[in-house]
Amino acid sequence: MGDGAGVVIVGGGQAGYQTAESLRQLGFPGAITVIAAEDFPPYQRPPLSKAYLLGEVDRHRLKFRTEEYYAEHGIDLRLGAEATAIDRAGKRLLLADGTSLAYSHLVLATGARVRLLPIPGAELAGVHYLRSLADVEAIERRLGEVAAVAVIGAGFIGLEFAAVARKLGKPVTVLEAAPRVMARVVAPELSAFFDETHRAHGVDIHCDTAVVEIAGRDGQAAEVVCADGHRVAAGLVVVGIGVIPETGLADACGLTCDDGIVVDGHGSTDDPAIFAAGDCTSYHHPFAGRRIRLESVQNAADQGRTVAAAIAGQARVYDTVPWFWSDQYDVKLQMVGLSAGCEKVVVRGDRAGGKFSLFHYREGVLRAVDSVNRPADHILARKLLAAGISPTPEQAADADFKLKDLLGAASA
Amino acid sequence: MPKVTYIEFDGTERPVELPAGWSLMQGATLNGVDGIEGECGGSCGCATCHVYVDEAFLDKLDPPSETEEEMLDCTSSPREANSRLSCQIKADPRIDGIIVRLPETQS
Repeated sequence: MGDGAGVVIVGGGQAGYQTAESLRQLGFPGAITVIAAEDFPPYQRPPLSKAYLLGEVDRHRLKFRTEEYYAEHGIDLRLGAEATAIDRAGKRLLLADGTSLAYSHLVLATGARVRLLPIPGAELAGVHYLRSLADVEAIERRLGEVAAVAVIGAGFIGLEFAAVARKLGKPVTVLEAAPRVMARVVAPELSAFFDETHRAHGVDIHCDTAVVEIAGRDGQAAEVVCADGHRVAAGLVVVGIGVIPETGLADACGLTCDDGIVVDGHGSTDDPAIFAAGDCTSYHHPFAGRRIRLESVQNAADQGRTVAAAIAGQARVYDTVPWFWSDQYDVKLQMVGLSAGCEKVVVRGDRAGGKFSLFHYREGVLRAVDSVNRPADHILARKLLAAGISPTPEQAADADFKLKDLLGAASA
Repeated sequence: MPKVTYIEFDGTERPVELPAGWSLMQGATLNGVDGIEGECGGSCGCATCHVYVDEAFLDKLDPPSETEEEMLDCTSSPREANSRLSCQIKADPRIDGIIVRLPETQS
């Protein structure tokens, strides 16, 4: 780094943090600067909708690292900072405070922003989204004051929040536009299980239900109005209807974007000095066999590691089989692979007892495994899918058959 | 605050003081101890926070849950009699001074 320019990372979420951490772990000697929009040091988002809201962990335990870590490792962490533009010709990142930073490599880990509810009343007090620590702290304050809660959108975030609100004793109604819960991300068999689970915990779920308005009283959310005229009283409305990749900086400087910043297997954009990682990227994934964009911790962390490796001169292609998880009540859901497009599903374990895995096959080959309270199946399935080993449907269905044996002694 | 000593695979000793109630996994990752990943965030779902507990402290720990038992069969480095997942061990005065050794690999 003879000219003093180093790596500049835009974004202090999982991908941005991981890129910085991995660069140092790989022995990268140059300067590293992280531009983070929030005022709190990089932290884990998954517990926000789960353990944090239940009071099981405090905000300090959400941090990936202590503040001292960044100083000790020569990572210039700039909290509350905002990047406004990229000067590609001059290799400089412009900041909102009027200054600019020279870069040898720029990493866009800009994440995604929540999709806003496009209906009247969405701006009322008591309507909340759930992505950042600040969002959750606001929800926490509101939750203590209201008699009932409505959740718009039955995805992971919405249902995780519904589970927390039920645990805290609030009446909860979930409103979902699609015909089933978590329709975008899980197979129908799993939707059915979670639908049953939430109903058993007293959640009132309405699928095929569009919302048209949030009616207020004195500027405060009071009722959610559905297209069929149904009205749901709620002083707190939590909206979880998806996210939009944050591509503004990339778009404005002419980088190719298409449902995310387009990158290759090393996380490189079409400018060799600019990389991108995490929710904001779209790329051809070897396992999927097509271009995809993932919103997950695994993707953010692994792509961050991939980008760091490329910058540190130790390039390797990102090809991890995607995995995800969600915790709702005492149900631990872990998913690996991509079940969309699979035509056969096999159940392993005890579906009625809530301890089972679904093995998804496409053209006779295992493509995805969803595990409910069977974490060992999940870990083994990750290894099987990564190695391209497909148990037969009969083996998968036989809970006494040891999947580990298929991996052989070397990799088990 | 209870003291925990992590011994990294290369033999480096990393003493850390943890507030009571924190898991040994959190204490390690937050303080940058190499060799503990904890990629699932501490929900006993990934087996990447595997440690070997010093024999003198093994009996002072609550026994592993059914889930932890299953996950211990999925660790990347070999499971031994003193293998535990550090996300399931909470710092408390009873285990002040505990020593845990980190395995060669976690994933």
